[in-house]
Amino acid sequence: MIHSPATTRIACLGGIYNNYLALEVAIQDARNRGVDAIYCLGDMGAFGPHPDRVFPLLSDYDVICLQGNYDHSIGNELNDCQCGYTDPRDNYFAQISYDYTLQNTSGKARQFLRDLPPEIRVDLGPLRLLLCHGSPRRMNEFLWASTSPNHFLEHLAAQRDADVVAVTHSGIKWHRPLADNRHFVNVGVLGRPENDGNQHVWYTLLETSPVDPLRVQFVPVEYDYLRLVREMKNEDLPEEFIETVQTGWWTTCLEILPAKERKQGRW
Amino acid sequence: MTFKDEPPSVELSHLDHLWFQISGTLCNLTCHHCFISCSPHNDNFDYLTLENVKSKLEESVALGVKEYYFTGGEPFLHRDMVPILVETLRYGPATVLTNGTVFKREWLATLSEAESKSLYSLEFRVSIDGFSSETNDPVRGEGTFERALKGIVQLVEYGFLPIITAVRTWPDDQEQEVVAAFVDRLKQSGYSRPRLKILPTLHLGAETNRSHGYHPTERVTAEMLLDYDQTQLVCEHSRIVTDRGVHVCPILIESPDSLLGQSLQEATVPYKLRHGACYTCYQYGSICSNPSSAK
Repeated sequence: MIHSPATTRIACLGGIYNNYLALEVAIQDARNRGVDAIYCLGDMGAFGPHPDRVFPLLSDYDVICLQGNYDHSIGNELNDCQCGYTDPRDNYFAQISYDYTLQNTSGKARQFLRDLPPEIRVDLGPLRLLLCHGSPRRMNEFLWASTSPNHFLEHLAAQRDADVVAVTHSGIKWHRPLADNRHFVNVGVLGRPENDGNQHVWYTLLETSPVDPLRVQFVPVEYDYLRLVREMKNEDLPEEFIETVQTGWWTTCLEILPAKERKQGRW
Repeated sequence: MTFKDEPPSVELSHLDHLWFQISGTLCNLTCHHCFISCSPHNDNFDYLTLENVKSKLEESVALGVKEYYFTGGEPFLHRDMVPILVETLRYGPATVLTNGTVFKREWLATLSEAESKSLYSLEFRVSIDGFSSETNDPVRGEGTFERALKGIVQLVEYGFLPIITAVRTWPDDQEQEVVAAFVDRLKQSGYSRPRLKILPTLHLGAETNRSHGYHPTERVTAEMLLDYDQTQLVCEHSRIVTDRGVHVCPILIESPDSLLGQSLQEATVPYKLRHGACYTCYQYGSICSNPSSAK
């Protein structure tokens, strides 16, 4: 547990998915905003090119990381990503991405991933934060805005004695103020756009002050996505993944979306 | 362990999914594979009232329930189905399992508006079998394929993206071909991005006449649960309300031992996996949830 009463502003980065280009821009942006610390909520690998380019950035800029399902799988050299998809097409593409990432992640990086904690507690001013990957109860649980009722989220937060719970995993950001001044935040992901037709990705700033106990700010990250596209092509990654980076619309992992989130996309 | 030994018990870890047997066992169709033999004449289970539902929704808040599911019978035979769904969307996400044959446009307009005003998703799961009248109708009844397809198109017109749920009534080795043809047919009918959920058959109810029941050895044993992810079992995270009380899972409501209590709290007790259907649940996992709620 990190106990630092002086911490009042942090950056939370969600799934990086090998997108080291967006990661670098997000880190610089967060530093420019004067954050006290940068946290990564897991899933360093997947989807994009050159997995090992992520780790020097995390290390050089002291990003404090926890373990996502992908990190657990890569770290322990499992056979699949444990992403939690049920549709055969979603699993087909997930496996391509996983095999590529496992093959291209060094032994040193695998050990780093294997040793990450599944959750981190942080004090943000007077607020007790719980940072985790999917949900406080399961690393690969998808928490979508449209299928997470307030009373369910309140139950999860109360059960873990947290004022604020921050998660990622699903790929789409949201914030829900709850009863008893609790909050639940999905911080979004840096790894791929949000299925809204825009190429940028997102990270999240959490800030506390005497006038505003919790300010949640979603920050768009513009990065050189055309370079990412070139590198993905050079690595022979699937056209479907490249199309998502280029167009901002998801082409895979669609069947896991609930109705409301699915309707917001093109496919 | 022998098959005569005491069956293993499963704890409810958390009540994630609360089901309602909203229209009892009354249905406008008489499908040959129905696991609780629903039909126009089966009133073994009665309708739940809007007040029943409201009371259980309110009770569900303290238990932190995640999602609400409505099944039957055919839920849209219930005259209050639309207000029930509208009320539920105030609490959380709602899913309704329907055969898609009895919709009225004004109902869909009301529900579309209710969903757009709600934070939460309203999912329609439309049951259909096979990709043509030739494969569907022998199971579900004459003319039901075209009628269900019409219902699917209506849902799409009102902005819904129904999940088409098909029980696997074809050989496994034909799956890819069958599904591809099915998707083509749905697209031709105007559903440009169909969502599918394929279910295994449950050898219960009418299905025991169509194929066969469970062999006595098809049971879950304590040994089988070693190193098994119990979150895959419906009873680990679900309960269902009928007019008799709260039961362990939507599949077993006809088994007397499935009735666990009158309140949701009373029904949070562990359950013994003594039925053949538990074996199918064990084999396939999470068969009743939506893909977005996969365990």
